[in-house]
Amino acid sequence: MKARRQFLQTSALVTGATAVGYPSLALSQAPMKIGFVYVSPIGDAGWTYQHDLGRLEMEKALAGKVTTSYVEKVPEGADAERVIREMASSGNRIVFATSFGYMNYVERVAKQFPKVTFMHATGYKSGPNFGNYNARFYEGRYLTGVIAGRMTKSNILGYVAAFPIPEVLQGINAFIRGARSVNPKAEVRVVWVNSWYDPGKEREAALTLISQKADIVTHHTDSTAVVQAAQERGVYAFGYHSDMSKYGAKAHLSAATHHWGAYYIKTVQDVLAGTWKTSTVWGGIKDGFIKLAPINSAVPKDVVSLVTKIEADIRAGSFHPFTGPVVDQDGKERLAAGQVMSDADLGSMNYYVQGVASRLPKS
Amino acid sequence: MSSELLTSILFATLIAGTPLVIVALGELVTEKSGMLNLGAEGMMSVGAVAAFVVAHGSGSTWLGVAAGAAAGMTLALVFGIITIHLMANQVATGLAIAIFGVGLAAFLGKPYESLVLESVQPLAIPFLSELPVIGKAIFQQQSLVYGSWILFLGVAWFLYRSRAGLVLKAVGESPRSAHAVGISVFKVRYLAVLFGGAMAGLGGAFLSVFHTPMWTEGMVAGKGWIALALVVFATWRPFRVLIGAYLFGGVLISQLFVQSSTLQVNIPSQFLSALPYIATILVLVLISRNLQMIRLNSPASLGKPFLKENS
Repeated sequence: MKARRQFLQTSALVTGATAVGYPSLALSQAPMKIGFVYVSPIGDAGWTYQHDLGRLEMEKALAGKVTTSYVEKVPEGADAERVIREMASSGNRIVFATSFGYMNYVERVAKQFPKVTFMHATGYKSGPNFGNYNARFYEGRYLTGVIAGRMTKSNILGYVAAFPIPEVLQGINAFIRGARSVNPKAEVRVVWVNSWYDPGKEREAALTLISQKADIVTHHTDSTAVVQAAQERGVYAFGYHSDMSKYGAKAHLSAATHHWGAYYIKTVQDVLAGTWKTSTVWGGIKDGFIKLAPINSAVPKDVVSLVTKIEADIRAGSFHPFTGPVVDQDGKERLAAGQVMSDADLGSMNYYVQGVASRLPKS
Repeated sequence: MSSELLTSILFATLIAGTPLVIVALGELVTEKSGMLNLGAEGMMSVGAVAAFVVAHGSGSTWLGVAAGAAAGMTLALVFGIITIHLMANQVATGLAIAIFGVGLAAFLGKPYESLVLESVQPLAIPFLSELPVIGKAIFQQQSLVYGSWILFLGVAWFLYRSRAGLVLKAVGESPRSAHAVGISVFKVRYLAVLFGGAMAGLGGAFLSVFHTPMWTEGMVAGKGWIALALVVFATWRPFRVLIGAYLFGGVLISQLFVQSSTLQVNIPSQFLSALPYIATILVLVLISRNLQMIRLNSPASLGKPFLKENS
C-alpha cells in the first residue's frame, strides 16, 4: 500500500511538470520511472516474489538511473487495465506486467501510449512498443524429474497443479520424462486444485497423493503448503518458483527457480540507450532465467553429477527435454524419434505423455 | 477400496470439515439472536493471523488459539457496536467487516509470511484409537477436532435444552416481546455476536496453527463464506450444520482422491472442484425442503435492528 501511495504522489508531480511544458527536461534529468504490476502479494516465496527480486536487482544495478514502483495483488480483470493505464499516464517509461491474464489489457493500453515501453510476461501477443517474455520452466522441471526418478522408492510421484494450460502441462510432462529417463517404472499422479493459490487445498491435495504412496511431491501452484506437507509426512518434495527449503529443509530436494533480474536489467538498459526493439523472449537455463536450487545432501553424488551434466547439455543446446519420440498417454506419437519439439508445439501442448497415471481432465 | 484408503479419506474429511463446523456453529448462535453477521471471512482471517503470531511468539499452541478467538471477538465487537448500538445496516456492516478483516490480517501478517510453526501432533484417545479403520481416522485427530464436537454438543444443548437458549431464540424471534418481558435485547445480541466472533477466530486459528501451520495472505480462501451459506442451508439447525460441513469436506477430499488415483474417470477437474458446493447445497436443500420447517427455524427478526421504544 505504501508503495502505491508514493506512486500516486509522484505521479501527480510528474503530470504537473508535463503540464508546465518541460517534459523532455524533466525526463533527461530525473531517473527513469519504471512500474511493475503484480498479480499476487509479494510474500516470501513464489511467482511474484521472484519478479520482485528481479525488480530490486535491476534497481540496484542501475541505481541513480531508474526508480521503480509496483502495485501488487492486481486481479486479472478490468482493474488491471486501470492500473496499467495509470502507470503509463503517470510518467512511467516502462511497465512490466507479470501475469498472463494482463495480456489484452496491456495490448490496449500500449496502443494508447506509443512512447511507453510495455513488457508482458508469459503471453503471446506483442506490438511495436509491447514486448513479451517468458521462461522455459520445463527445463528446470526435467532436471527435478531426473532427481525424482532416482530418489523414489515407491515409483509414484505426486504433482499438485493449478490449471490444465500448456505451461503447466509442459511442466508435468517434462517432470515425468526426466524421471523416466533414469527410472522407466516411475509414474506421476496429478491432482488439479483449480486455483493458483489456496494453501489449504494444495495441502489436502499433497496429503492425498502421499496417502496414495507418492513419496515425492511437487506443485505448480503459488504457496509453500506442499513442501510443508511433505516435510510433515517425511517424504520428499521439490519447490517451485523459489527455493523453498526453509519451509521443509529435510523434504526439499531442490527446486526449479525463476530469475528475472538479468533480463530486467538488459531490457531497461536498452530502453535507456534507445536501442530497445520489440521482441518475444523465451529464456531458459542458457539465458539464466531458470536455475536449479541447491540440491539436498540426501541426493547421492552420482545423481547430482548426472543432473549437472544434463543441465550443462541443456545450456549448451545439445539436449532438449522434449526430444522425440514423444508419445502421449494413449500411445499416439506426438513427435518422431530424434526430432526436437518446436516452440509452437510446446506452446499448444494439451496432452499428457506416457508415465502420467492420471487422466487429463477434459475442459 | 482398501481400509487404509478409507481411513485416510475419513481422516482428511474431518480435518477439512472442522473449521466449517466451528465457524458455522458460532454464526448459527449469532443469527439465532436475530443478528446477521456476514463478516465471518474477515473474523477468521484476523483469528488466523493472531493465532499464528502468538503461537509463534510464545511457542504455545493454546495461547495462540486463545489469541485467535480473542481477535475474532474483537472484530465482532466492532460489528456489534455499529449494528446494535448505532443500528447500522447489518448486511452492509458485515460485508465491510469481512473485507476489512481480510485486509487487516494481510497487513498484520506481512512480517510473518516466511515463518513456519512446528506442526501440532494429533491427540490419540486411548483404546478408541486402536479400533480398525475408524480408530485412526476419528480418534487420532487434532485436539481441536474433538473440541468442535464438544462445541456442537454444547450448542445443541444450549439451544434446545437450556433456558438461556430459549431467551436467545426469543430475542431472535421477536425482540420487542423479549424486551417487553424484561430481557435485555442488547445484552443478548452482544453476547451472541461475540460468541460468533470468537468461534470464527477459533476456526481461523485452526487453519493457521493446526491445519497448515503457517500464515499467508488469503489462506482462509472463502471458508468463511461457505460457513455462512451452511447455516442458511442447514436451516439454522446444529446437526445439519455438522452434516453439511462434513459432507462438504468429504466431497472435497474424495474428489482429490479420485484425481490422484489411477481410476479412469473422464470428468473435467473444474467440475470436480465445484462438486463439494453442488453436493452440499443439493443435500441440504433436499433434507430441508419443508417450507414450514424453514420458517419455523429461521429467526424472524434476522437482520433487523432493534429500536427500544420510548428511547
